[in-house]
Amino acid sequence: MAVRVQFENNNEVGVFSKLTNSYCLVAIGGSENFYSVFEAELADTIPVVHVSIAGCRIIGRMSVANKNGLLVPSSTTDTELQHIRNSLPDRVKVQRVEERLSALGNVIACNDYVALVHPDLDKDTEEILADTLDVEVFRQTVAGNVLVGSYTTLSNRGGMVHPKTTIQDQDELSSLLQVPLVAGTVNRGSDVVAAGLVVNDWRAFCGMDTTSTEISVIESVFKLNDAQPTAITSTMRASLIDSMS
Amino acid sequence: MEYISPEDTPVTSTRILCCQCAVPIEANPSNMCVACLRAHVDVTDGIPKQATLFFCRGCERYLQPPAEWVVCSLESRELLALCLKRLKGLNRVKLVDAGFAWTEPHSKRIKVKLTVQGEVIGGTVLQQTFIVEYVVQHQMCDACHRSEAQDYWRALVQVRQRANNRKTFYYLEQLILKHKAHANTLGIKPKHDGLDFFYASENHARKMVDFIQSVLPIKCQHSKKLISHDIHSNIYNYKFTFSIEIVPLSKDSVVCLPKKLTHQLGSISPICLVQRVTSTIHLIDANTGQVCDVSSTVYWRHPFTPICNPKQLVEYTVMDIDILKEHEKKTFPGQGIVSNKHVVADVWVVKSSELGLDVNPVHTKTHLGHLLKPGDTVLGNITESDQPDVERGLGS
Repeated sequence: MAVRVQFENNNEVGVFSKLTNSYCLVAIGGSENFYSVFEAELADTIPVVHVSIAGCRIIGRMSVANKNGLLVPSSTTDTELQHIRNSLPDRVKVQRVEERLSALGNVIACNDYVALVHPDLDKDTEEILADTLDVEVFRQTVAGNVLVGSYTTLSNRGGMVHPKTTIQDQDELSSLLQVPLVAGTVNRGSDVVAAGLVVNDWRAFCGMDTTSTEISVIESVFKLNDAQPTAITSTMRASLIDSMS
Repeated sequence: MEYISPEDTPVTSTRILCCQCAVPIEANPSNMCVACLRAHVDVTDGIPKQATLFFCRGCERYLQPPAEWVVCSLESRELLALCLKRLKGLNRVKLVDAGFAWTEPHSKRIKVKLTVQGEVIGGTVLQQTFIVEYVVQHQMCDACHRSEAQDYWRALVQVRQRANNRKTFYYLEQLILKHKAHANTLGIKPKHDGLDFFYASENHARKMVDFIQSVLPIKCQHSKKLISHDIHSNIYNYKFTFSIEIVPLSKDSVVCLPKKLTHQLGSISPICLVQRVTSTIHLIDANTGQVCDVSSTVYWRHPFTPICNPKQLVEYTVMDIDILKEHEKKTFPGQGIVSNKHVVADVWVVKSSELGLDVNPVHTKTHLGHLLKPGDTVLGNITESDQPDVERGLGS
């Protein structure tokens, strides 16, 4: 299921939030509307956390995350890092990286198993990325753009890339990622899909301008219609809790 | 409306769904199909679809703001340029084509079909054709306004000839046409006995007066009428009037000279023929071939009038002619110049209407002896002495 949401009249929701299968980060905004939407959809399964990075609200572009870990740029303050560590589940590894390309969200796109990175990314960063997020790393471009993080949105079930990506590129990326890919747009024709869309395995949030056509493309490629949180966290939870008590 | 791709997309490029209507399309900067893009944006937005042109009915000119009036025919380049200048907002798009759509000439509507290209979201270039309707409204131009208010002329030249025979006047008309002396006139009005020429400035009128003075013997009077004046700046606004009177003589008029004038002119016979009228009057005596010139100043000091008009001339046929011998010519001391281009002769003529009847030929004298032969027809008029003055040969 995909939900339309706006951050203070701005449709680029991917800039102000970061969604994974085990947690969700949301920027600290003037009002709580943005946060409330995420909380309403996700709070019963995963933690939704208010976060700022280096004092900025553009956390989605600054950080890279999956269910295993979170990478933040070196400009993140100690207080912020401490807050993140305290808020996230214990098994999520949080790591600060010294990287010249400090907008990590723009240069890295990942799901829980693979990551596409900017061709010029530092070797050390690549190693830290592989260790922290527990992913295989590929240096790639999307439709001739080096900012793979901006033009690609990935989940474990599918992915959406820049609308100009050729069929050959899509096939190549798809075989690397082992998920089906589609070229598409969000926010009524915007090609920066990662800025307009955040997605995990059962929920997607997109900008308020996104048309029903785009929503249907998103839902079909990320297989959101039949998607539910894993059985353990939903159907089995009640019986588990019962048995534990 | 056509969609123009900013670059050639390779065949291998993927097709995406139009974000509005889910039609598969090639990816483009706006990621919308042409139909959706057209519904979404209008490149002609901000260009008025209706405008006004001002047209002066009097002189059939169009107003080119701020104050210029230009002549343009319908569907001409000039009119198109004028129409396009009236449109605001055309600088924001690229004008590709413009032309007229046909409208009924009397409908006061001009339709211009424009094709423009405009850049929309993210560098997509859209081409669109649309029609702008111009309403032609009437507005009188300044020049027409002045002439309508009868306030357009500053100077007036009144040319008059008070005579039955207007030959000299018609000659003047031809001279004016030949020398284009009427170039600066605002208007010409026929009046009794002559014409009025209207001018915007006194200088133009004066030029006209000088021209007439140089070709004909005239009398000129100048007057001015104060229309308004500014007591502070010493500016006076006058209307000037030049009254010109042309001598009432024409070529071939028979004149009777005052006795005093005949003395001044070499004792020429008082009954003379006007041979020519130029800036002076050329007279000839038919009996002796004596000629003289009368300048306009002399004429107006001793004015004389024709004693008969051409309608009174009667046609005669020459029966016999006898050229006067040198010793038969009368000369006297103090005689003026005798023309050597003319030959004085005795002729015997009969009225053409009485030709064949048993009448005696009438004897008279003529200065056309070098031209006339027996059988020629001539025009003459009967004087009191019942002697025709042969004036003009009509040819054989």
